Parts: sequence; structure tokens; C-alpha cells
Amino acid sequence: MIELRSITKTYGESKNVVTVLQEVTCTIADGEFVAIMGPSGSGKSTLMHIIGLLDSPTCGEYILDGVSVASRSGDDLARIRNEKIGFIFQAFNLLPRATVLRNVMLPLIYGTRDSGSRLERAQVALRAAGLGEERWQNRSNQLSGGQMQRVAVARALVTDPAVLLADEPTGNLDTATGDVVLESFQALHDQGNHTIVLITHEQYVAEHAARIISIRDGRIVEDKKNGHRRAVRSITPAVSV
Amino acid sequence: MRTFDLFSESCRALTINKIRSGLTMLGIVIGIASVITMISIGQGAQTMIQSSIEGLGSNLLTVMPGVIQPGRGIVSSGRGAAQTLKNSDIEALKGIPGVAAVSPESSRRFQIVASTGQNTNSTVIGVLPAYEHVRSVFSEQGSFVADAHNRSMSRVAVLGPTVAQDLFGDANPIDKTVRINKVNFKVIGVLKAKGTAGFFNPDDTVFVPLSTMQKILAGADFLSLIALSVEDKDQMPRVQEDAHITLAQEHGTSLESPDFSIVSQADILGALTQITVVFTLFLASIAGISLLVGGIGIMNMMLTTVTERTREIGLRKAIGARNRDIIAQFLLESVLLTVIGGLIGVAIGIAAALVVRVGFNIAAEVSLFSILLAGGVSTTIGVLFGFYPAWRAARLNPIEALRYE
Repeated sequence: MIELRSITKTYGESKNVVTVLQEVTCTIADGEFVAIMGPSGSGKSTLMHIIGLLDSPTCGEYILDGVSVASRSGDDLARIRNEKIGFIFQAFNLLPRATVLRNVMLPLIYGTRDSGSRLERAQVALRAAGLGEERWQNRSNQLSGGQMQRVAVARALVTDPAVLLADEPTGNLDTATGDVVLESFQALHDQGNHTIVLITHEQYVAEHAARIISIRDGRIVEDKKNGHRRAVRSITPAVSV
Repeated sequence: MRTFDLFSESCRALTINKIRSGLTMLGIVIGIASVITMISIGQGAQTMIQSSIEGLGSNLLTVMPGVIQPGRGIVSSGRGAAQTLKNSDIEALKGIPGVAAVSPESSRRFQIVASTGQNTNSTVIGVLPAYEHVRSVFSEQGSFVADAHNRSMSRVAVLGPTVAQDLFGDANPIDKTVRINKVNFKVIGVLKAKGTAGFFNPDDTVFVPLSTMQKILAGADFLSLIALSVEDKDQMPRVQEDAHITLAQEHGTSLESPDFSIVSQADILGALTQITVVFTLFLASIAGISLLVGGIGIMNMMLTTVTERTREIGLRKAIGARNRDIIAQFLLESVLLTVIGGLIGVAIGIAAALVVRVGFNIAAEVSLFSILLAGGVSTTIGVLFGFYPAWRAARLNPIEALRYE
């Protein structure tokens, strides 16, 4: 459960204050698939960083799973990121010379939980992300863009986080490959185990989510259910990644 | 973060760019290897000097006429110039408890001519039989000067190996005649070679009975020096003290301004050891500079690495790495470089010391101390020069780091 209460974020000092987010209030329930949509400069990335605990709000309160995160130390925030949040970036951010498995297992080395079966968990995550087993020993710089993003999704899933945060996950992919990645988000949503927050500036991408929050100039301008979720399976029948 | 994971991550990072890691490590390898080699050469020289001094006779006190001027050392003591040591001092010194033997010497340089026609200029020392034991000399051929020779003022001589070689070549000198200061002496023995020791070559000497030296060759009853051997090393300071008091009484001088000096082997050893210690420090500090340069190389590489891997650092922080995890990883990378470099350096240093030992005949020895020192120094360098880059890495803002191009 993500609760944002009057989140305001400003940068700069006194005269040159730039307000990036203004009084943003919203609640995202467990298992929701939400797209945060807005043009560049709208503050959606800052919002994602705050939700992902990479940044802290100037004012307002952020309650994650019933706990206010404002007073947490850096080490605590790192642990919460590790256990509760899975990041998926536009630029994938894989370790280029490490194997797929090694990339996926990376978050587990920073975890405190028992990791007796790391390999097993990585394999489960890779299957869930839909990457074929024949690629698992490849180095990540030998993969295609779509394959890399699937590795990134698997890496986000491997700690079984409550929240998946995807920042323009299709931004570096062609439409067909992007659709495959979006489809995998929908599949995850249908399983209902993860809250998925998708940041995008494209209406088309946002329409894959079940709820669309539009943001402009640091304010929420629209928050609506997306009744007729776009189904990618029908329009892109055979893309192999 | 578990220790195993930490090592696994750091090793992986180092093996990604093997050439760069290797070249950086080379700086440490060279530094450590040269420090180890230099220290081993210095210690080898020290051991050699020590053993050659001890070869002159252990537990030895030397009484010399005149006073050793402070600061002028033992070299310029003007020994032989002052004529204050007399035969009566010998008996007085023998009475001191703890003294094992007393060996007076009266020496002077003379031209020595052999029956072969060869001649040489060498030191002739008048001695008692005690000399053989006190100075640890051994006969190669024939015998040493005996009591009977002294009583009868015999004109017999024992040749040092250098003199024997100069005068007689490979021929047997025993029973041959040599002329010392125009007096004929019969050769009764030749000594074994001892090798040079400090400033004095014991092989380039001729020994005659003390009485013969004083009455016939020198024409004076003075002694050049008196060597005392002490029964036990622990008694050296006390015997030195007692000898000082005894001789001052004998000579009728005050204790504060005696007309003689007593030097122990420890004094001579101390002076020479000091020289070699300074010498070793000098060599090691030159080698230490290369170690410092190696450390700066490590820091340079680590700073480059941190910049190159900015996005990786951002990612690691986003997925839950704490600052201390980042610091630990980068610090371990630099420490691994220096420790592995240090180990290779130690191996090369040991090999180089062996080469010096075999090739240059210096008893270079690699001590456990220098290996431990090298290990400690290389680890310290890794930590010192690795900390700043690691701290820079940990300090990165993950949001900016993730966007870094």
C-alpha cells in the first residue's frame, strides 16, 4: 500500500526555488497496475524516485505499507528498497560483462533474508519475466534490447518485492519489443502479487495499465480507471525475444 | 552483505579489466620486491660484518694505550703512539676474576726478506701462546709460538698465510729462514686464512715471541695492546670495569683520565652495525618511494574505475546496497590488488635475494620480519589509497548516478 500525502518537492534555495511536485496526494493499493503519465518536466520521475525511496520529499508524508518513511536512516531505506521495491529502468542498467543469472541474483547479495536457494529464485524470476533458459549463461551485453529488459524485470522480481517501479521501460525498445515487455507486466498484474507503477510519457503505453494518473507541472490533473485495458497479445502475435 | 559475496563481486570487477589490474598491480609488485631485496641485502651485510668481528675472537676486551678521543672513533686512536702499557700490566690483569686469558701484543711494521729473495712489508706482532686461543687463530702447518720460545727469546716466526704466499709462493716455508729487520728467524708455522676483518688483515702478519720482539726487534718493553678474553659474555661489563680500575691503580692515574682505553667487541660491533643499519634504511627508503608511486597508481586506477562504473554504483544503491557495502566493495578491490601484488613482490624479492646471494656472494637473507613488513605495508597502501575512491563511490547520489552517461 502506497500512500502519498501532500507530497511537495522543491529544489534550490530561496529565490531560485523550483517546485517539481506540489501537494501530490494519492493512494495506490496492493496489486494495482498504475501508470503515471505526463510530459517530460512534469515531475513524474521525481515522483517515482520518491516512491522508490531514492529521494525524499521536501514536505508531506509518504507511508509505505503503513510505515512513514520520513525518519528512516539511509541504511534502513536501502534495506526497504532491497526488500520491497523492484526497479526497472529505461536504460536497463545491467552489469554488462556479468551473466544473465549473475545480474538477476545481484539484489539478493544485499538482502538479509536467507538466500540458500538464490539460483532457484533467479530461475523462477527469469521464467516469470519470460526469458528463455538458453540465454541464462549469456553475458548481458550479448542480448538484444528486449532480452535485456526481461533480465531487468527478472532482477526486479527476484526479491519478490511488493512494488515494481518501471521508469519508461519501453523507452529504449521498438514498439513490438516494448509490447512484449508491457504484456509481461500485464501477466504479472493478473497474478496479483505485485503493485506495478509504470512511469511513461506515452498515452499508448499508459493504456496498458488498469489505472492512469496524469501529472502535469507537478500536480495530479487526472486519476481514472482504465476500463478497457489495451491488450497487446492480439496486435503483436509473434515477437520472439 | 556476506563476505563471500563481497569477495566474489570485487574479484569479478578486477578480472573484467585484466590488463589494467595487472599493470596497476605491477607498481606494488616492484615496490614490495625492491623493499624486500634491499632489506635482505642490508641484513646480509650486517650478518657478514658481525660474523667477521666475532671471528676476531669472541668475549674479547682490548686494552689500548692512550685515550680514544670521543667522536674520533677507534680508527684514529693513535695506537702504538702512546707507550703506556707495560709488561707488569699483564700479571695485574690476570688477577681479575672472570678473565680467562691475557694476550699482550707488541707490534710494529718491518721489512721481511725470505731466503728465496722475495720480500714484503708486513706487521710483526710479538705474542704469548695465549694469543692463539684469545684471537682464535689456527695453524695450517707447524706450530704456534710456545712458552719455551718466549723464555729463551727464540728467533722463531709464525707466518700469516698472505705473508707465506708472498715470500714462499707454493713452497713449504717450514724450517726456512726469514730476515726481519736484518735478524734471521726460523719459520715454525703457518696460520690458516681468516679473511679480512674490518680495518685489519690478520692474514698479513708475522708472529714472533713477545720477548724476542721487545728485546731484539723493537728494543723497548712497551706493549701495543693487551687482549683479554672473558670467561662468560655476561661478565664483560664487570670485567671491563675491573680492568679499568686495576690499570688505573697500576699506572697511578685517576679513573677519569686514564692513559689507556678499553674497548669491547660489542663497542666495535655497535659502531659497524650502526653503519649497516643506516645503509639498510637508506636502501629501503629508496625502495619505499617506488612503493608509494605504486600506491598512487592504485588510487588513480580506482578513481577511474569509480567514474566508469557510476551507473553500476547507482544501480547497486537502488537495489539495496548500503553506503558501507559500496565502500567495502571498492576498498576490497584496491586491497586485493595490493595484497596480490605484495605476494608476488615477496616471491620476486626472495628470488632476487637468492640471486644476490649466489651471484654476488653477499649473505642476503629474507627474514620473516621483512615479509610481514611487506605484507602489512601493502595492505595499508591498499586501504589508504583505496579509501578515497571508495568513499567517492559511496557518496554518489543514486539518482544522478543512474542517469550518468
